[in-house]
Amino acid sequence: MTVTADAPLELEAPPQPRYAERPLGVLTRPQGGRGWRDWLSTVDHKRIGIMYGTAAMFFFLVGGVEALLLRLQLAAPDGSVLGADVYNQVYTMHGVTMVFLFIMPLAAAFANYFIPLQIGARDVAFPRLNALSFWIWLSGAIFLNTAWIVGGGGADCGWFCYTPNSGVAFSPSHGVDFYAIGLQILGLASLISAINLIVTCLNMRAPGMTLMRMPVLTWMLLITQFLLLFALPVITVALFLLMFARLFGAPFFDPAAGADPLLWQHLFWIFGHPEVYIIILPAFGVVSEVIPTFSRKPLFGYEFMIFSGIAIGFMGWGVWAHHMFVSGIGPISVAAFSLSTMFIAVPTGVKILNWLATMWGGRLRFTVAMKFAVATVAMFTIGGLSGVTHSVAPADTQQTDTYYIVAHFHYVIFGGGVIGLFAGLYFWWPKVWGYMLDERLGNWNFWLMLIGFNLTFGPMHILGLQGMSRRIDTYAAGYGFELWNMVATVGAFLIALSMLVFMVNVWKSRRTAASRPAPGPDPWDARSLEWSIPSPVPEHNFDEVPVVRGRDEWWHRKYGIDDDGQVVRVATVEEAAQRGDAVGVHLPSPSFWPLAMAVGLPLIGYGLIFNLWLAVIGALIVIASLYSWAFEPVDDPDADHGHGHDEGHDGGGESGDGPGPDDAVGEVETAETDEPAAVGASEGQS
Amino acid sequence: MTAAAAPAELDHGTSGAGGAAGHGGDHGPSTGISHVKLAMWVFLGSECLLFGGLISTYLLYKTRANGRTLPTDVFDIPFTSVSSFVLLMSSLTMVLALSGVSRGDDTAGRAWLLATALLGAVFVGGQVYEFTSFVREGVAFTTNPASAAFFTLTGFHGVHVSLGIVMLMSLFVSSVKGKLTRNNSETVEIVGLYWHFVDIVWIFIFTVIYLIPAD
Repeated sequence: MTVTADAPLELEAPPQPRYAERPLGVLTRPQGGRGWRDWLSTVDHKRIGIMYGTAAMFFFLVGGVEALLLRLQLAAPDGSVLGADVYNQVYTMHGVTMVFLFIMPLAAAFANYFIPLQIGARDVAFPRLNALSFWIWLSGAIFLNTAWIVGGGGADCGWFCYTPNSGVAFSPSHGVDFYAIGLQILGLASLISAINLIVTCLNMRAPGMTLMRMPVLTWMLLITQFLLLFALPVITVALFLLMFARLFGAPFFDPAAGADPLLWQHLFWIFGHPEVYIIILPAFGVVSEVIPTFSRKPLFGYEFMIFSGIAIGFMGWGVWAHHMFVSGIGPISVAAFSLSTMFIAVPTGVKILNWLATMWGGRLRFTVAMKFAVATVAMFTIGGLSGVTHSVAPADTQQTDTYYIVAHFHYVIFGGGVIGLFAGLYFWWPKVWGYMLDERLGNWNFWLMLIGFNLTFGPMHILGLQGMSRRIDTYAAGYGFELWNMVATVGAFLIALSMLVFMVNVWKSRRTAASRPAPGPDPWDARSLEWSIPSPVPEHNFDEVPVVRGRDEWWHRKYGIDDDGQVVRVATVEEAAQRGDAVGVHLPSPSFWPLAMAVGLPLIGYGLIFNLWLAVIGALIVIASLYSWAFEPVDDPDADHGHGHDEGHDGGGESGDGPGPDDAVGEVETAETDEPAAVGASEGQS
Repeated sequence: MTAAAAPAELDHGTSGAGGAAGHGGDHGPSTGISHVKLAMWVFLGSECLLFGGLISTYLLYKTRANGRTLPTDVFDIPFTSVSSFVLLMSSLTMVLALSGVSRGDDTAGRAWLLATALLGAVFVGGQVYEFTSFVREGVAFTTNPASAAFFTLTGFHGVHVSLGIVMLMSLFVSSVKGKLTRNNSETVEIVGLYWHFVDIVWIFIFTVIYLIPAD
């Protein structure tokens, strides 16, 4: 909200206790600061991004341990590490954890941290809703995993949880209930986040930042948010039906009562296939930032990249039944979905060729980030090609429910999604933390992961074509499965080792950061606006909101073209970058209510499963938090305006030109108005 | 950099003296639509898919009787037509409420807000009556797939109307407290967007579920 002249302002703010009393008396309005408690009430998009990323990496370890258990079980014939029942739970929770608790939140971390920075905004459109999204997500993640302890075991129906296998008759523990309710909670978090980020992208762009000048990462994340927006309600319907079927005996999926279990498959995959693009598009965005930077060329065919992304977003809705070719949907449906599945390879292929064309003739620098990015392109291409083989329905009929499918989707999700996001981690690490990750250890990380990944999932193509079934807890000797299963298990442990190297790298780089030169605002000579501000990013992001005159704005502030058409440096990073020393920039006030509200939701979940009174308590917490939130002013009138808090999150928000509550504000924003060094050369006034 | 760079360069103007003009973020929302209103539109887009999923489920199951009574056998079309009419009229009063608040006519604004909430409540009351009478006639939630899908769909819609009533009453209370003035009448407009959406969804549900006969 705008602080204008007629807004209530305290001209003489009396000294406030750090946690001032608030009318409801339950929670006091936090005043912000840098202690650990302040993370609980933060509404800063960067801190929320960091929390998303940290929690996601934690769940990567959880899902990774589950994967290692699976591979130990399958390393040799007649494995006995896990029983059949536990095996079902572990592979289900591995899938659910990796999709909903690792890749999606890691992408959310990038979205939260970098969308505002790339479009030149001070925060997202709704900072408190942003905090709410994170806390709801975390509460859902914890809820889902408590199934191991209080639910009688994790869900055991696969991440797709087909009915009627997921009904009470075949899955009597509470695991599936935790799945159905937990995913609804996680979905709510993603829905709120999607609305927030869509509004941010559409409404909070800096002056001159037209849609077709937005960096590709932001574009791909925007498309992802639209996919989430429309896909989540569909899975919510499916999960709701499943929940009512299990808890209250509604005959939604009971063939004996005349219901159609295939309804679940349709609803699930109408969500599930866009979900695949929800996972991969953020990684495509990351790769589209990393490759141009390390090729020293603008992205080849920017418009084509954007429109391919949009095309994928649309076509992703028309291919879901290729997951169901063997379910008896009929020859016309099979033919139609075969064709649409082949067609969706076209925009994806466009992207791959554009990345190659970007590198073509560029001055390539193979940093670790670049290696991860190039590996993403290569691995995703392999996964994409095996995907095209699925679109051929007769071949797919052979491959369904074999390890060939497992190989395919790990090549796209791990080889494309995870490796792509790792490129992003190495690329933006200095921006977030203010120190570089060690390149030597990073190389170990990269090569171990790449080799381990290919050893794990490459042989699964062969196993699948040999006829080894998915989701079967063991296999007998003598079918020729022994060698490749052992290789896959060794590969899985190499991936685990590469993660260990990554963690050592983080620890060591952080420890030695002081003794190495600081990265400065722009260690890679990069192209988009987040590199025009100091590393780590100051709390207020931009001293002044940048005025954008073209694509790759930051690059053009550093480089121009001379009369001979040659690129010449016109400003050093130090000259062009903002200093990050503005004071009194108004930022949104922190709040405890998002956290309080998120606590109520899993209570409702436990209540539905165990005791409805618990649900009543949870609902009361949610309602009380909602109303306390609604009556809490966005901008805390008690806040100390001297340094760094309050306001500016609103795109309409005039940051700081209004009369401020204390004397310092007079010089806010005007102290730093000189434009970053001019770029000469071209004329066009856009 | 090669010639490929040139097109990107073209629309990159010089940052001359004119450049400083836009400093400080003193521009409004890029689309010209306020954040909250845009967020409501985006949210309603998501809601379309929610009701789309539920309506599809009902259409798939509407003749799955499991040997018992179908919802279509017990529909009371005249009764539901009246309550549908009541709900549609509430959209009119919603518009009048917005008009009142944005003119600064607090009395009219409050009266129409209250009227809208009351009409909504009449609709929800009618739904409760309808549900109980259906149950008495042997169509309960778990009777057959058709009834489960029917109660889920209409129940979801009823919850949406009820949440709308809560929002309207919150607006009414804040108007009485003097916190709702013509300056923030956009809040009424945004709640109105939600309210009209819920109405439009009902038009679909009433037509597709009640009026088109199951054969």
